[in-house]
Amino acid sequence: MINTDFKDDVLTVYLSGEIDHNRAAGIRTKIDGRVNALRPKTLELDFSKVSFMDSSGIGLIMGRYRSVGLIGGNLRVVNIPDNLSKIVKLSGISSLGVLK
Amino acid sequence: MNVINEMHLKFMSKSSNESFARSAVAAFVLELDPTITELADIKTAVSEAVTNAIVHGYRRGSGMIYIDAKLTDDNNVIIKIRDKGVGIEDIKQAMQPLFTTAESEERAGLGFAVMQSFTDSVKVSSKPQKGTSVTLKKRIVPLR
Repeated sequence: MINTDFKDDVLTVYLSGEIDHNRAAGIRTKIDGRVNALRPKTLELDFSKVSFMDSSGIGLIMGRYRSVGLIGGNLRVVNIPDNLSKIVKLSGISSLGVLK
Repeated sequence: MNVINEMHLKFMSKSSNESFARSAVAAFVLELDPTITELADIKTAVSEAVTNAIVHGYRRGSGMIYIDAKLTDDNNVIIKIRDKGVGIEDIKQAMQPLFTTAESEERAGLGFAVMQSFTDSVKVSSKPQKGTSVTLKKRIVPLR
């Protein structure tokens, strides 16, 4: 389940559980649906409740960076748990400047 | 090096099995008393290999995925993930970080990079139209 919150032009998406290839497509559809409906200035992905993630999670972040960019918004990725820091570091997404 | 335990899995190339496969392998490895980090590394690497088999190996349909896992008395876990899918034309290119043939599916092209960084060794063999096999090896550091 994914909870979202929209306030002051910021759409926050609270991700949870395991993010793999199987779940990524559903999460992507849900986020992009909200983004296109609400057209936020900032999309914030909160990873605090994510217990597992493989490179599908990295693809999800890179894809949202593009999709929110298309409507002129920016992406913010927050609360990456310690156990996911290894894959996040490896992916090089820090160079996008989205990690807060 | 002697094998102290062994298991085999065979399951359909459905993406709902990604979670089953990595959890089953993780449960099997528990005998070697891994740390939470070692276990997470194994789950992540297995998840990447199984996802590759589904997304790439069986991109033209579905088939079975095979996992053969062994534990050895020198604390290594050896996991072979096999498919009988389309195979890889150019393994060297496929293993390049950020190389992907599934851009539309938002694959980051990091599968092999993750496997390499989360295990001690990754061996890939593949034949076009015959299938691919990926062998992951990781040492579980014994607790002192």
